[in-house]
Formats: sequence, C-alpha cells, structure tokens
Amino acid sequence: MATTAAGAPAVRRGLARRVAGSPWAGYLARRLGGVVAVLAFLIVVTFMIVRWVPGDPARQIVGLTAGEEQVRQVRERLGLTEPLWRQFGTYLRGLAHGDLGTSFTTGQPVSSMLSQRLPLTVELAMSALVIVLVVAIPLGTAVGVAQQRGRARVATSSFGVGASVIGAMPEYIAGTVLVYVFALTLRWLPVQGGSGPTAMILPALSIAIAPAAVLTRLVRNETAAVLSQDYITMAMSKRLSNTRLLLRHVVPNVVTSTLTLGGLILVALLGGTVVAENVFNMPGAGAEIVHAIVRRDYPEVQGIILVLGLVAVLINLIVDVTLGLLDPRVLTGARS
Amino acid sequence: MRGVRTRLPAMLLVGLVLAAVIVLVAVAGPILWQARADALTGDIRQGPSGAHWLGTDALGRDVFWRTVVATRSTIEMAVAATAIAAALGTFLGAMIVSAGPAVRTLGDRVIDLLLSFPPIIIALTFTAILSPGRASVVGAIGLAFCPQFARLTNRLALSVQERDYVTVARLLGVGRFRVVTRHVVPNIAPPLLVLTSVGFATSVVTVSGLSFLGLSVQPPSYDWGSLLASGLRNLYDNPGEAFGPAAAILVTGLAAGLVGDGLVRHMDPRGTSRPHRAVRRSADPPTAGDASRAGGAAPVASVRDLSIRRPDGRELVHGISLTVDAGEIVGIVGESGSGKSLTALALARLLPRELEWSAAHLNVNGVDLADPAKAPPARLATELGIVFQDPSSSFNPALRIGTQLTEVLRVHAKMSRRQAHALAVSRLAETRVSSPELRMRQYPHELSGGMRQRAMIAAAMLPEPKLIIADEPTTALDVTVQADVLRLLKQINTTHGTAILLISHDIGVVSSLCDRICVMYAGRVVEELSVEDLRRRDVRHPYTRALLAASPDTASERDGARLVPLPGRAPAAEDQGPGCSFAPRCPLAVPVCTEIVPPLVAEPSGNAVACHVETAAAEVRS
Ligand code: SF4
Repeated sequence: MATTAAGAPAVRRGLARRVAGSPWAGYLARRLGGVVAVLAFLIVVTFMIVRWVPGDPARQIVGLTAGEEQVRQVRERLGLTEPLWRQFGTYLRGLAHGDLGTSFTTGQPVSSMLSQRLPLTVELAMSALVIVLVVAIPLGTAVGVAQQRGRARVATSSFGVGASVIGAMPEYIAGTVLVYVFALTLRWLPVQGGSGPTAMILPALSIAIAPAAVLTRLVRNETAAVLSQDYITMAMSKRLSNTRLLLRHVVPNVVTSTLTLGGLILVALLGGTVVAENVFNMPGAGAEIVHAIVRRDYPEVQGIILVLGLVAVLINLIVDVTLGLLDPRVLTGARS
Repeated sequence: MRGVRTRLPAMLLVGLVLAAVIVLVAVAGPILWQARADALTGDIRQGPSGAHWLGTDALGRDVFWRTVVATRSTIEMAVAATAIAAALGTFLGAMIVSAGPAVRTLGDRVIDLLLSFPPIIIALTFTAILSPGRASVVGAIGLAFCPQFARLTNRLALSVQERDYVTVARLLGVGRFRVVTRHVVPNIAPPLLVLTSVGFATSVVTVSGLSFLGLSVQPPSYDWGSLLASGLRNLYDNPGEAFGPAAAILVTGLAAGLVGDGLVRHMDPRGTSRPHRAVRRSADPPTAGDASRAGGAAPVASVRDLSIRRPDGRELVHGISLTVDAGEIVGIVGESGSGKSLTALALARLLPRELEWSAAHLNVNGVDLADPAKAPPARLATELGIVFQDPSSSFNPALRIGTQLTEVLRVHAKMSRRQAHALAVSRLAETRVSSPELRMRQYPHELSGGMRQRAMIAAAMLPEPKLIIADEPTTALDVTVQADVLRLLKQINTTHGTAILLISHDIGVVSSLCDRICVMYAGRVVEELSVEDLRRRDVRHPYTRALLAASPDTASERDGARLVPLPGRAPAAEDQGPGCSFAPRCPLAVPVCTEIVPPLVAEPSGNAVACHVETAAAEVRS
C-alpha cells in the first residue's frame, strides 16, 4: 500500500528499503503480537473452564444419584485425573490437531459439531454486519450533512431521540417484534427455521437494528465533526461537486473515525447471534452453546467459546487493518 | 457555569421519575400482587381484555400482574450485577493506576483484551463455569461489565493524577493508595456515575437476555426474560404475553439511559440552552467612502458594500469596500474579530452557511460572485487560489498530498493524471519543497509544518490563478519558517504577477510584504494607505498608530524596546455603540465620536481614513 506501481527510478531504487521500513511492518507486528496474546488467553481460559467449576464437575455432570464408578469414568473422560500441566499439554496437542474433544451428550467430536454449526453463525453475523454498515454509513452521513446545512430540522432533531430508543432495544425484543409483524401478522417471511436467504432476513435484522441505530448516531456525530474541519473548507475552495466532496473528502474520514470508535459495536454483533439463534431456533453455534451450558457439556462449551473468541479476534484484526488502509496515520501512531 | 444551571435537565428529571416508579413497583409488586400473578384460571392464552389487560399465559395466569411482580426479580439482579461491575471494576482500575508502570501496562493490556470480546460471551463463559442459575448470572454479568469500569477509572484517574494537587500530595509523601482514595476518587465520581446508569441499563437487558435463554431463573420463579421467552412461544395466541415483559425491559432501559444522558448534559456545560441573544438589526448608514481607485486596468478583485450578518441579525462586517489590482499585494490587518477573515472568506465565497451576506458588487477577475448562480465553479477554482491559516489541519489527513494537489487540475482543468502530476511536481519544486516526487506520495502528517505550508502555496498556485487569498499564512508556523513563507509569496507575486490579498493580525508581516494596506476594526475599514506611508509611520487613524506602537517589528526607535500594548479589547458585535467603534479605546475621542460613525474619507494621496478628528485636522491643513 505504501508503494505504488507507478515507478519512477528513484522509487525503484528505494523499493526494498521502503517495504522493510514501511509503517505496515511495525503496525502489523504489533497487531499480530496482540492477536497471539489474545489467543493464548483464550486457550488458557477455555482450558480452565472445567477446572474452575466449583465442587466436582464430574459429579455435577452425572448428577447426585449416580454411583461413584460413573463419576470416576466421567472424571477420566474429562482428563481431570492427571496433573494440571499434563492436562494442559494434552489440551494443546489436541488443539494443534484440530481436536476439541468429544461431546458428552452426542458422543460426536466437538470439531465436527462446530463445522456443521459455525457457518450459519458466521453467515448470520456477516449479514447483520452488512445491514449495519449499509444503513449506518449513508444514513448517518446524510443526517449529519442535513443537520449542518440546517435542512429538515424536525427530522434531524428527532433523530437523536429515535436512535437512542432503537439503540436500546435488545435482540430478543427486536426479534420478537419482527416475528410478530412480518411472520405472524403480514406473513411475508417464515416464522422460524426454514432455509435460504429469506430465513436469514429476520434474524439478521433483529441483531442489526440496535447496533445500526447506535452506529448511525455515531456516524452522524463524526460527519458533523469532519464537516467543521479546516480541510473541508479547503476542499470546498476547490469547488467540487457535492458528490465528489462527500465521497472523496468527507466519507473516508467519517469511516475511519467511526471505525475507531465503533469497532466494539461490530464485535458485539457476534454476541447478538447467540441470542438471535435462540429466538429463531437456528441450528448455529450460538444456540448450541446455550444447550451445552444447560446440559453441562463442557467440551462443547469449551469449543464454542474458543471458536467464537477466535471470530471476535478476527473481526478486531480486520477492523485494525481496514483502519490502517483508510488512515495511514494509525500505522505510525500519529493519531491516537 | 454551575450557577446558571441549578435546574435539572428535563431528560434527567423524566429519567429519575421513571426510575423511582420502577423501584416502587419492584418493592411493592410481590407484596401486593403476588396472589393475582400466580392465580390459575381456566382462560388459557387469552388475548388482552378488560379482566386481563395483557391476556393470560398457557396456564391461564394474568400476564400484566406477572410482569409487575417480576419487576423485583429483574431489578434485584440488575442492581446486584451493576454493583459488582462498578465496585470490582473501579477497584481494579484504581489498583492498576496506583501500581508500578509494569503492572500498569499489563493491566491496560488485559483490559483491552477483555473489552475486545462481546460481554455476553464473557457472561456465558462465567455462567458455564458457575452453572446456570440466578446467582451465577448476576456474578457473570458483573464480571463481564467490570472491564468497562476498570477502563474508565483507569483513564480518569490517570488524567487526575497529572494535575497539580495530586503531584503535591505525592511530594508530601502521601501514600499511593491514599492519594487514590482521597484525591483521585472524588474527582472521577461523576463520570463513573454516568457509566453506572448506562451499565444498569445494559445489565437489565443482559440479565433478561440470559434468563430469556433459560440460563437464569428456573421455573417456577420468573423474571421479565423468562416471561418474554414464554411470550414468544405463545406469540400467535396472545401477543400481549410478550408485549408486557418487552415493554417493561425497554422502559427500564430507557429510564436508566435517560438518567445517564441527563447526567452527561447536567455536567457538561455545552449542549444545553444557549445564551440568549437579543435580536436587533443595526441601522448603520452605509459607509460613504469607496477608496477604490478609479481608472487603470480592471481590478482582479473588487468588493463594494459588503455586509455580513449572523443568523440573529447582528452585523459583523458593515458595508466595506475593497479592490485588489492585477499584480498588487494588498494586506488587510486587524485584531481577531475585526471581520478581516470573514471579508476574505466572502470574497472566496466560502462563508459558513449560517452567515448571511450581501454586497452591491463582488467580483473576482470578472466573475460576478454576488449572484451565486452565475459563479461557475470551474472558474472560481482556477482563478482564485487560497492559502489557509493552519497547514496541519487544512490538508485532508486521509489523502495523499499528490491527490490533493492535482484535484483541481483534474476536475476543473480536465488534465490527465500524468500532466497534472508533472505540473504539481514542478510547482512543489518552485515553492522549494524538497524531494517533490516523494512528497506527492506522502500523507500530510509525514511533512513538516513549513513544508506543508509551502505545499499549500503550491496547491494554490497550481491552476495559475490571478489572485491568491492568504489568510494568516504564517500564524500557525514556527518563527523560523515564517519569513521564508512570506518571501515565497513575494516571489510568486513577482514571477507570476499573481495578485495577493494577505490577511494578518500582524502589522509587521503586512508592512513587509504588501503594496497597500487596509486596516480593519470592528467590521469596518478604518484606514487605507500605501506601504510607503506605513513604513514612514505616516499614518492617520489612532488605531493604526496604536497597532504600530504595539508591534515589535514596527515600534519606532523613540518607543525604545518598550512596546505599547493597546489597552482594552475590540468590541463584540453585541456591544457596538452607535458611533465610532474605536471610541472606547481612543485617546483622541471627542463627543461626536460616540454618536456618528466616521465615514471613510479619501485623501488626494489615494489613502483614506475614517476618523472625525483626523478628517477635521486634514481640512484645517488644506
Ligand atoms: S472617530 Fe473619534 S473615536 Fe474614532 S478614531 Fe477618530 S478620534 Fe478616535
């Protein structure tokens, strides 16, 4: 990114040096260091879940009435009989081979359960993400611009209230309302289950509504902030068309400052999938973790938290790289 | 500012009243209405009716009263979770701050790390460890939200710690922990209170969410979340069953949110009611004097009777007139608030939208700007270059220098990328920007301040404009590069014959560069004179004299090293009287000065002055 294809001789000479000395090298190294730390943390935490269970986890699994022999078997299956560091070694070795253990309830490998269920969760989160971005960025920018130009005063001033009310609506309420309106009353979309893109619309919407409202407000504020910057006056002195001014000079800066503040909102979408899958009875990883917790299926809980954590890490990394691409100042820390 | 707002904002008031009602219902609900909520009837899954306001559930129980009674359970859990999060988070945050640097860095990292996961996933992890149930959900949510409190405490405490009294306390040997509890905590309490109310709103939603998922209260106990879950199952038969708990959750969240937002407004002086400004149109007579010199070549810029008004009708610039001839450097000098920058912005048609303006005549190089419809953007962009005050904020941080330099050429002069690039590089070289090829690929933050300003001048120069407006071009720069930038402007003027309108508060800068100077005061031109007269200190207006005496560059030998600062300050638009606006500060003021605005009177020399006393003296002389 720091090197363009248009190569004047001077550029070519310094190419190698510039790639090595590119701000990206340091930036990515720092980010990847962070990712490694988070991964280590995730692995330790998921490993410790069973070990931290108060009392005897094996006894909790089999229930109070079961015999001592059964408890011993479960304890062995959990690998709780060995010393802690040996247990951890076994866990790590398993992870390296993609082995996340076997589910207690189904007897299936956790990894194959995940490979069946995770795609749906990711698809759901991605659909919600698309909805959030497609709504928040244009709408927020439009409201910000309208507000700055003093147009549609009633609409723009009631916008803040509306956004905070909608932004406070949790997924399960949004989902319930959506089911009632679109599936039961209007009968436009399937209630629950089903397959294909139509089955994805309501769940994705239920996750996206609140974050979209919050992010729209954030974009609105950032737009107002960008519009009052000196560089916008300078851009206006170039007498560009409104479209060019917006797309070229306003939106990139709005997106960067929004992402800096709003990255966490995007990560929170992942938490929303857990709830939405339960509202809409979708066979994803989020629905499964709730069952697994209720049934004390620790290997499954472990696996799902590990994988969801990984996805969160990935989203954070993507946000960071996007930020670096959009605003080179973040690479060198010139912008904090 | 504190004294002004003893009244609570409406938002906060509504939030507090709602919260009080909810707490009341939470306390009284189970005592008064438990029996009604648990009574089984034969009417199962009935819709809303007079007997059952929100209908009945699958066992025929009244949904409305169940929702009311469930208030306590949900509120208790949310309060407990918030308390855990706030207490533990604040404690951890404070510990991290008061610990040594190594622990502090580590603690920061861990908080960052925890914040990068969705709270509900953290809560689920803890619920899994503690096994589902009410207590474990409370603990899990408390733990899930504690990083946010830790982060806020941490940040606030750090900023407080840098303040003087904390340093003093530490110098006096007060222990670390004591510094935190005695000096830091009281100062960070208000923002923490805001976070607590926001955290409570989130806790209500999350507590209900986990219970909705079946991980919290187990039947026969119930709370809003479990009621909603059962409502969703019966949604087709009785939508009221879902509506009750959903509305309860939303209203509670809203109340906490209102309290939080209200607290923010209450503590933040901005954003509440603006100071009231009287609306009164000033009835100044238009200034008579038009100092523009008649004849000669057509001027590159001319302004006649330009007035600029605020939205409330106050005039900021009172009918001023100005001309810039081809190849001429004209300076406008005055204090901030004199209207000099507004005049320049009006000439560039870049005034902020909320300001109204009118002019008998506003013309740049033959383009009539008085009629916005007639001003073609391409001509404006190419015939008028602008050098802004602060080069560090005037380049778009997200775009390369090259992109920003070539934009006008590409858009308005329809040049190819290559052509525009070559031209921009040669201009950068001309403005003495080192390694121009490299600069073109760099982002603004990679250039030094002086370099950026030279790049800005290059940008203004690129389309070969007839006029450059330079608004305080050196104010934001290091002293060492100021002279350099001025020299550069002069050089452009001589080699390209570009006329320059220089705006400055510094009479020294203006006298070193300009051919002709307009002195502005409180929205009017008070004196117009040639640079020779200015350098000879042959000035008429008392204000110009005061400016000369106050500037290190122009203070005369007689003044010695002693500068004479101008007493008082320029009047704000609000408190301008009817007469000469300089009268309150003027040593020569006579009674007429406070009654009649002195007109700008031209002298045979071409200079002009707006002062009763001076004009009378000139008449006596002649
Ligand atoms: S008109 Fe009067 S008050 Fe104004 S500058 Fe002249 S002498 Fe001073």
